[in-house]
Amino acid sequence: MSNPTKPLLTTRYGIAESWKIANAERAGAYRVAKRALTSIEPAKLKGEVKKANIRGRGGAGFPAGVKWGFLNPGPDDQVYLVINADESEPGTFKDRSLMDLDPHRLIEGAIISCYAIGSHVAYIYVRGELAFSVARLEEAIADARHAGYLGARPFGIDHEIEIYVHTGAGAYICGEETALLNSLEGRRGEPRLKPPFPAVKGVFGMPTIVNNVETIAVVPDVIEMGGDAWSALSRLPADGGVRLYGVSGHVRNPGLFEAPVGITMRELIYDYAGGMLGSRPLKAVIPGGSSTPVLDPRRLVDAPEEDQPLHAWHGKSEIDVPMGVDTYRALGTMLGTCCAIVMDDTVNMVEACRNLMRFYKHESCGQCTPCREGTGWLVDVLDNLCAGRGKLEDVDLLVDISNNMMGNTICAFADGTAMPLLGFVQKFRDEFIDAARNGLPVDVRHDDSVRRKVEKVA
Amino acid sequence: MAFALTPEREREVDELLTRYPERRASLLPLLWLCQRQNGWISPEVVDYVSQRLDLSTATVRGVVTFYTMFFDEPVGENVVWVCRTLSCDLRGGKAIQDHLENKLGCTAGHTSSDGKFTLLKAECLAACGQAPMVQINDRYYENLDVELLDQIIDAHVTKGAEEAAREFSTHATFGAPTKAPISTAPPPPSPEAVRLASQPPPAPDPVGDES
Ligand SMILES: Cc1cc2nc3c(=O)[nH]c(=O)nc-3n(C[C@H](O)[C@H](O)[C@H](O)COP(=O)(O)O)c2cc1C
Ligand code: SF4
Repeated sequence: MSNPTKPLLTTRYGIAESWKIANAERAGAYRVAKRALTSIEPAKLKGEVKKANIRGRGGAGFPAGVKWGFLNPGPDDQVYLVINADESEPGTFKDRSLMDLDPHRLIEGAIISCYAIGSHVAYIYVRGELAFSVARLEEAIADARHAGYLGARPFGIDHEIEIYVHTGAGAYICGEETALLNSLEGRRGEPRLKPPFPAVKGVFGMPTIVNNVETIAVVPDVIEMGGDAWSALSRLPADGGVRLYGVSGHVRNPGLFEAPVGITMRELIYDYAGGMLGSRPLKAVIPGGSSTPVLDPRRLVDAPEEDQPLHAWHGKSEIDVPMGVDTYRALGTMLGTCCAIVMDDTVNMVEACRNLMRFYKHESCGQCTPCREGTGWLVDVLDNLCAGRGKLEDVDLLVDISNNMMGNTICAFADGTAMPLLGFVQKFRDEFIDAARNGLPVDVRHDDSVRRKVEKVA
Repeated sequence: MAFALTPEREREVDELLTRYPERRASLLPLLWLCQRQNGWISPEVVDYVSQRLDLSTATVRGVVTFYTMFFDEPVGENVVWVCRTLSCDLRGGKAIQDHLENKLGCTAGHTSSDGKFTLLKAECLAACGQAPMVQINDRYYENLDVELLDQIIDAHVTKGAEEAAREFSTHATFGAPTKAPISTAPPPPSPEAVRLASQPPPAPDPVGDES
């Protein structure tokens, strides 16, 4: 267990004009890329990434080193690196900071990664709303090319590397990796059936590695420190390093924090984010983006047997379990993007659930009937419950619709809708029953506690 | 009248085409260039794009209608997107929308009668820690309350979008309005925590909680 006392990922965020190449280089940018490209074998680089146990930062938590190992290009294949900067999962706002405040870290990570996996072209797919981040990245790429770090002979070696920014145009589903590839090819952003997986047949029919912005941005530190040392920064096994944590909602001090993998949700809320707004009680927290089932601090971990993965936390609150990909899966939720949405006791869970289900209804790409229709039905039922038109059976109807969505679709979007819904109903069933009986009075709607502050009236 | 890009933008298109092994992949960036020039994707733009990339107009239309940021009808001089997803709503997103509707005199989905603003509801814009927020044109305005929002909207009318963005947009500082000094951020809450030094000081507690 070690905690870095100095930041790694965010070390350059505080520097004046940190996005300018001269300032970034003065603070260490591109040193690792230069050493990697001029003196380290690609296979060794891949080995270090594998040892680092980087669990993908885009939400699924798949080990980056293992994913890279799936590549097996034929002699005429062009390998692509595609960096997922679609960042659209509600609650998530971390990748934007890397692009805006330290674009050269991402570019350096992309250069090393391209070299390691034998790719000559990387595309960074940025959501369309982030025009500012796109401009930052394009300026940074131009400067890196001018400095000789990109182009036909990066750092003087014979391995061409180009990085292009590709701008999306508003569609959450384009964050799903195969939808993203379609969008990159100039198509509607509709997910593809898997297999084939992108590492076998990705963009333009070629082997492709898709990684999240943060996953690629940690690569320079991994190579600099060595995979084992970087992995050991974490408090957990098989889930290495440090990561960006976000906190939004009812905390005093919302924002982004860098910390080791494996801090607890309690630490994140009360130590990092300054505790609850107005010292109100914590009612619920969505741990890692809206697709991850909600945690209820009153619920205790039930793992009495020694061979159960969460046995060490038996009898403790859900929010005292370390935040890791595997620990959270064992808890019945997901770590996701590690950006938490915190809700105090003024929030009605039926209303919170309805807010998110509206999002999913709006964002379903519509290819699969269970997802297209299911998301719409969920919203209809929830609208009825909230408006006092609901029936008791509606609560089980929500569960039934969700169960029929899961596992029956092309992509994980439908599961990412059904799982959080089931979490809400399971953990806060009383409130759903209450809503079915009485509807929701307007004054328990969740924006009212802060409404007065925003409106600046006494 | 047929649509044409400016010669300068045409050169950009030529460069775009070199970025991808397939011509079609330039479709999204090309549509962006056109929308930036024309304000929306008119039928003439669709014709132009389909000829430029050898695609059918149906294919181009299919793509345009898939993405919420491509407008298939004309919009106001400024487009205001108000985020109403959970993190923003927990911090007053609805109050922000209500205020905008009153101020602009139109409901979400419509354009003000003077044609200056189109108001649209947005899904999560990846600014959750700085909620509530709006996007106006291609810039973010975060940590809003209604007074600040009034100033921002008024600045768009009196000084124009570019100047308003320079003064109030929060991109460059990741949350803090540009004019607020970055050093107003609180110290990190614990030694190992690294707070990104940009947001304004912790919000005062909501009225009525502790008083
Ligand atoms: C509906 C849906 C939305 C997604 N959105 C994003 C996203 O915005 N950003 C992201 O990096 N990954 C997103 N993902 C995960 C990607 O499909 C993919 O797993 C990830 O980009 C791989 O990178 P990583 O292994 O480095 O995390 C999404 C997945 C699904 C099913
Ligand atoms: S599950 Fe939903 S989002 Fe995914 S492909 Fe099917 S319809 Fe589209």
